[in-house]
Amino acid sequence: MKNNKTTSRRKFLDKGLKISLTTVISGLGITKLASKLNAQADEKTDVKMELMTTDGTIIQVGSSEVMEMDNSKKHKEYNVREGMPNRKFVMVIDLAKCKNALKCQNACNKHHYITGNHAWLKVYKMQEDADTAPYWMPTTCMHCDHPACVTVCPVDATFKRRDGLVLIDNERCIGCRFCMAACPYSTRVFNWSEPNQDEITMLMEMEHQTHNSAEFAGLPSIKGTVDKCDFCPHTIKENILPHCVTACPNGVFYFGDKYEDTVTNGEETLRLSQLLIDKHGYRLMEGLGTKPSVFYLPPVDRLVDFKEGLESFTDFKSVDKSE
Amino acid sequence: MKNYDILLNDLAPQKFGKKGVIWTISLIVLIILGIIAYIDQIIKGQVVTNMNDYALWGVYISNFVFFVATSFVSTITVAVLRLTNNSWRTPIVRIAEIISVAAIIMAGLTITIDMGRPDRLLNLFIYGRMQSPITWDVIIIPTYVVVSLLLLYFPLLPDFGLLNKYYKEKQPKLSKWYEKLSLNWTGSDAQKTIQLKSIHIIAILIIPVGFMLQTIDAWLFSTLFRVGWDSTNLGAYFISGASVAGVGALVCAVYVLQKVYKLENYITDFHFDKLGKFLVLTCLIYLYFNLNEYLIPQLTSKKEATTHINVLMTGEFAPLFWFVIIGGLIIPIIVLLFKKGRKPLPMFLIGLLVVIGSWWKRYLIVTPTLLHPFLPIQGVPEEWRHYFPSIHEWLITIATLAMALLIITLLVRYLPIIPIQRTADEQEELKINKSTKS
Repeated sequence: MKNNKTTSRRKFLDKGLKISLTTVISGLGITKLASKLNAQADEKTDVKMELMTTDGTIIQVGSSEVMEMDNSKKHKEYNVREGMPNRKFVMVIDLAKCKNALKCQNACNKHHYITGNHAWLKVYKMQEDADTAPYWMPTTCMHCDHPACVTVCPVDATFKRRDGLVLIDNERCIGCRFCMAACPYSTRVFNWSEPNQDEITMLMEMEHQTHNSAEFAGLPSIKGTVDKCDFCPHTIKENILPHCVTACPNGVFYFGDKYEDTVTNGEETLRLSQLLIDKHGYRLMEGLGTKPSVFYLPPVDRLVDFKEGLESFTDFKSVDKSE
Repeated sequence: MKNYDILLNDLAPQKFGKKGVIWTISLIVLIILGIIAYIDQIIKGQVVTNMNDYALWGVYISNFVFFVATSFVSTITVAVLRLTNNSWRTPIVRIAEIISVAAIIMAGLTITIDMGRPDRLLNLFIYGRMQSPITWDVIIIPTYVVVSLLLLYFPLLPDFGLLNKYYKEKQPKLSKWYEKLSLNWTGSDAQKTIQLKSIHIIAILIIPVGFMLQTIDAWLFSTLFRVGWDSTNLGAYFISGASVAGVGALVCAVYVLQKVYKLENYITDFHFDKLGKFLVLTCLIYLYFNLNEYLIPQLTSKKEATTHINVLMTGEFAPLFWFVIIGGLIIPIIVLLFKKGRKPLPMFLIGLLVVIGSWWKRYLIVTPTLLHPFLPIQGVPEEWRHYFPSIHEWLITIATLAMALLIITLLVRYLPIIPIQRTADEQEELKINKSTKS
């Protein structure tokens, strides 16, 4: 009796596997055939179009090879975790112009309602060696293309988007701080206590924006989670520059799009690739392989002496609590 | 079953005397204090600790690493000694298994204390990402809990059968528990074969799981860029350190239990001598790794690494560093290399030194590195350039250590510390060997 049952079970499984395998293979085959047929069909109705290339020559192109694109850059709907399509945001920081005015830090603190002791944008007083020159170095999150923080997050609370931004979902963050340990630029801050943003928390809840918190970092901050500079997605999607870029009176911050090869500091707009060649742009801690999206222009031919910035240098403070 | 009266008299778990009750109550008091401090931490946030954006991991994490390291003892004692046919391990294997179980359970609990949002614990399972070392930890720790519990349980089956009979008249309720747990053990040949095979499989299985546990623990640090952590050495270093911490804890526990339960006939000076040799072996291997970590960078090293070593050897952390190296490693090696040093009392004192040194060693692994980030510490309050645990952190940490001791105490209260059936079998074998010789 048992043997019969086992054999019939085996036959059933055997037949089942064979049938499903044939179905899958033939299904794949039919799909491939269908796509090829469709492609052939398109080729037949080919009308030639006249187009001009970027250096002025006129060429003929089949209309089936021309795709319609909407380049209006108006705010289109996109998945918060995927990011804005066809954009790759970069920042260039010109160390030759920085005087430690700290307007960038103040603007960032104000617009993100930072109530802790640690600003997200820090201006470091740097001097590698006693023989080398001192300079002021503003740092934001580098939004690395190979981010150490994203690799180690166990719950996918911090993520890299296709538009280059590395953001934090503070509804999912479990507060393990592994990302903070991983970041070599020390750019992340933790909400050790209740952020006490009272007003803004109420406002945010009223405007139902808490479920889109990844693009509104700090609005509100949540106790026991991590925060950092987010390249202000809530402003850049409206084609407005991030707050630090607009606030800087010396034009230190340039922000733009690598695919457009353009960056601007609000006053001048430059070709990114040319700027990096002309002024020898570099990235911080290039050797670590994190591939940051923030380029630095070396502090050469400085407009102002380094010492002028010492007045506003506060070693132990980066957030003004007087308000 | 044969008559095991003498064995059962000596080895069956007894009720706690006055000392036992006072010990248990003190542990419970410490645990309650810790729970109060933890509730305060949940309400106010981790601002009650002295951690900050630079010293972002503190004593919670170093305590966690210590528990993971100590849980290695059953792998190294039960499995490794078993595979190398060291038969003197019989009276101490159960103690080793008990320590392992207590330590790994506490490791799992301790890590949740460090989470900023423990209410989102399930996210680790719902949204768990395979590429994160923390996810590997989340997988390996429950695995090790199960394997070490099984390694404790399988050899207990015949002992439960014996205890069931022993307590039938004196404590019928307790006897019923032993009966259930013994899974109808009758001592038949068929049962024995299955049991021995199962023990064999688990004993082999715990070796890769135990090694993986320690290595994954090391990878929590060595997958990051930081000075002092970014070392290819770290996996083996942690395995070696875990052997030291585990065997050290075992030595302390064996001494205390032998004295309290008057087990001098079963755990003799011979066993202490062997344990001493084992401990000195693990310490020598650990010393080798420490030389690689701390001495060699003095010769050629990157600027950051040199600063890090200097802070440890001559800077802020120097007193602690030298206590850990000399007190926790060098002195134990020297004392244990002599026969007199391997007597019970010196072994106990050395064991304590080793355990305390191990605990502070993990503090030295976690904290100084975090205080040397790549970019200078600026723009934050001056207190953030230093770290020492706060009262809350101490209360909670001491509570976790007390809870580990409480688990060990409870297991020792109800389980026979020395495997009764195996001791009986070995005594039989000795008798047979003696009679065949004469």
